[in-house]
Amino acid sequence: MQLKNDSNSYGWLHVLLHWWTALAVVGLFALGLWMHDLDYYHEWYRTAPYIHKSVGVVLILTLIFRFYWRLNNGVPNSIETHKSWEKKLAKLMHWLFYGLIFSMFFSGYFITTAKGQSLEVLGFIAIPATLTGIENLEDIAGEIHELTAFSIIWLAVLHAVAAIKHHLVDKDRTLLRILGR
Amino acid sequence: MNNLFKSVSKFGRNTALIATIAAASLTLPSLANADDYVIDTRGAHAFVQFRVKHLGYSWLYGRFNKFEGEFSYDAAKPATNKIKVDVDMTSLDTNHAERDSHLAGDKYLNFGKYTKASFVSTAYKSTGGHTAQVTGNLTLMGVTKPITIEVEHIGGGSDPWGGYRQGFEGRAVITPKDFGLDMAAKLGAAAAQVELLLSVEGIRKK
Repeated sequence: MQLKNDSNSYGWLHVLLHWWTALAVVGLFALGLWMHDLDYYHEWYRTAPYIHKSVGVVLILTLIFRFYWRLNNGVPNSIETHKSWEKKLAKLMHWLFYGLIFSMFFSGYFITTAKGQSLEVLGFIAIPATLTGIENLEDIAGEIHELTAFSIIWLAVLHAVAAIKHHLVDKDRTLLRILGR
Repeated sequence: MNNLFKSVSKFGRNTALIATIAAASLTLPSLANADDYVIDTRGAHAFVQFRVKHLGYSWLYGRFNKFEGEFSYDAAKPATNKIKVDVDMTSLDTNHAERDSHLAGDKYLNFGKYTKASFVSTAYKSTGGHTAQVTGNLTLMGVTKPITIEVEHIGGGSDPWGGYRQGFEGRAVITPKDFGLDMAAKLGAAAAQVELLLSVEGIRKK
């Protein structure tokens, strides 16, 4: 299997990026949902958010790399049997994912930094606070973070159902391609 | 003047006294006045703060940045002194964004349901030259309970800009469980109670 994408198939790096993103998004969602309800003295109260933030930052860094990879390397053409509305919808879906995941980073960043604390991740990175002093910024950011998270998960469900439908009903290569076949 | 008569009729149950005061106020208004003051929140010479023990090892301080209130003060007739303060709970600030969000949630102060707190005094009892006990009703998270605030009169007099001010510091200890927030169950016995630290400077109404 080749490193780079070509017009018919994904390279292994893009396949890896895709499944890493899927795993990270679902994992971050589950962890976020769970840790949101932890109270102060829970033994995971400090660790869970730290893992959440660290994975989140790694996800954003890989997403930035994914953009770079996409721009330099292109993606395979749409499968020809797909209807034109399916192609458009799939494209829209991808860009929605990118936009929403990016906005998750910013809303998450403000939940932590709205009062001046820096966002510390991975044991050695501290992203400093920038915008502070906006009233209730952390609460607004929290609302956006939650709403966006649920939107992403609903989109992901749709995305997965569509892939399975292409595999089982249309019997095309949509799902196989992103598995590296 | 409306406020004055309200305050007089509220605290002076004796009609003869009211008549006397009313008569006196006609001739010598300055003697009969319990002056009304507006708490100087605009200049931020007032603070609604609290502290609670963290793990039993240290004090954690927080404050509410938005509130407003008024008080009446008469050094000669302390029994007529009174105060009312309304606090915007959502202005909570513990200098830590994640903690403020956590406290805003329904496990703690529940800003989704309760955004206001208020204190209205019911009695002022002088306990010394500069000290007093103010009792009154605290409404917090929809529950109203009486509390007592230990008050110290810090000072008062003319300010450099043509106004007249009085300043006080108050301390009270409350048990949030009384208002439906069981701190001990969530944060341990050392955090069962919360101290309120209230610093108030008022500008006399003209």
